[in-house]
Amino acid sequence: MTTRLLPAISFEHVTRVFPRTDGQEITALRDLSFAIPKNEFVAFVGPSGCGKSTVLRLIAGLIGPTRGRVAIYGGTVEEPPDMVGIVFQRPTLLPWLDILANVTFPMRHKYGRVTETERKVALELLELVGLSDFARSRPDELSGGMQQRAAIARALLLDPDILLMDEPFSALDALTRDEMAFELLRICALRPKTVVFITHSIPEAVLLADRIVVMTPRPGTIAEIVDNPLPRPRNIDTLSDPLYNELSTRIRNTVFTRRAA
Amino acid sequence: MSFRLASAIRSLRAEPPERRPASRLWLKRLVDRLAPVLTMLGILVLWEIACRVFALPEFLLPSPSAIMRAGLTMSPGEWLGHIGSTLRVALIGYVASILISLPLAVALALSPLLSRTVYPILVVVHSTPIVAVAPIIVVALGVGDLPRVVITGIISFFPLVISTATGILATPDELIELSRSLRATRAREITQIRLPYAVPYIFSALKISITLSVIGAVVAEFVAAERGLGYAILFSTSTFKIPQAFACLAVLVLLSLTLFRLVVFAQNRLFPWSVPREKRG
Repeated sequence: MTTRLLPAISFEHVTRVFPRTDGQEITALRDLSFAIPKNEFVAFVGPSGCGKSTVLRLIAGLIGPTRGRVAIYGGTVEEPPDMVGIVFQRPTLLPWLDILANVTFPMRHKYGRVTETERKVALELLELVGLSDFARSRPDELSGGMQQRAAIARALLLDPDILLMDEPFSALDALTRDEMAFELLRICALRPKTVVFITHSIPEAVLLADRIVVMTPRPGTIAEIVDNPLPRPRNIDTLSDPLYNELSTRIRNTVFTRRAA
Repeated sequence: MSFRLASAIRSLRAEPPERRPASRLWLKRLVDRLAPVLTMLGILVLWEIACRVFALPEFLLPSPSAIMRAGLTMSPGEWLGHIGSTLRVALIGYVASILISLPLAVALALSPLLSRTVYPILVVVHSTPIVAVAPIIVVALGVGDLPRVVITGIISFFPLVISTATGILATPDELIELSRSLRATRAREITQIRLPYAVPYIFSALKISITLSVIGAVVAEFVAAERGLGYAILFSTSTFKIPQAFACLAVLVLLSLTLFRLVVFAQNRLFPWSVPREKRG
């Protein structure tokens, strides 16, 4: 399959301009170009307002570029593609459905029905994210971290090639946040995906990603793309690896010098 | 003082709530439940005493016992006729306003153009005093249930439209993005995400509207009716049977309260998730 040799996601000179209510325009992204190979984990870090979320919405086909081209396996994204799953900052589970029904919701929402096969897939996913015992629970009976695990299971239901995560752990408390990062490492080791992970936490990006795209704000541009040499599998010991701190510091310096300039 | 507080805290620690003597807990629950009823009874007793002590004339303020007696002079058949008539108009008007408001609210919430054009009209209709319009509606639509249902509908639909539209627009953006990323149809977006999300909003409006529709039915009966609790009040006062008017009023209040409780019950039964956890019964 030649398509598999193409990058999973590619941006070619992508600019995105948003009209503001006062009639002026705001350039969220300017001339962005990069390519993400299949099954790579890429983190986008940068301060708020650097257009990180815009990158994610462009890949998801929720918005289009003003100029340039966004492609998935070489094909231009013109509408939301099939092989993409999204995890948002908030779990946004539906409070009237139990966890199992929430995980199968994409199926019901897209095709109007849920088959027995999907229900089995959903149960497997719940096991993967450690929520087997909560299939029949309501979202409000779960903690924030558990709700976000359910949201990850929901994003994986249609077995997407690409997983888009928009600051998925930033609404969680610090301890749960670390726990969820290790959880995500485990899930990604079991189910390799092309992951685009938006975050404003540099240590989180260094712990998780194969490559880190450092962005600068207004207009959003790429400051640097950093290869992450930290070996896999990564776990709690990775945090005490000198390389981990070195890389975090380097990226932090990039962000701050760019800002000061 | 501080010592007593400290020992009280210690005793609480030593004895968590569930291990307190069961009888005391049971008593506390009973008091909690009965307190509103007892307050109500207390007011009635005070009212009765005040009427007797100050010998208030009946046309100013009849005593509860006089109201009760006046109520009993009407036959059960008469009562049922009045209650049935008011209830029918209120409920038909209520259901009609629900059937109109829900689709209208969806349309208003999803179309900025429609919202800009129709919303001001709704505000105008809502700002017009219903009591002033009621006679005109009766003249236009003739006698019968139709004008009464229309009057009831007009007064009860506004909160429903506004609250439902607000609920539909309160749906988190992420869920709409999820829906769009799945390329789901607009119809599914509305039925599977937006409308369920609006359920708590819809029910808070349903609770307001049910009492409003009883008011609407009474207003309609004031203008043109030969039966119903509103008509009975008007008729009693015109013949100076003030206790009887009060009896009708009491029944009207009970009717309103019962209907309100039914809506609360329906929400608890049908959509328990939409009720805050601590209020679930």
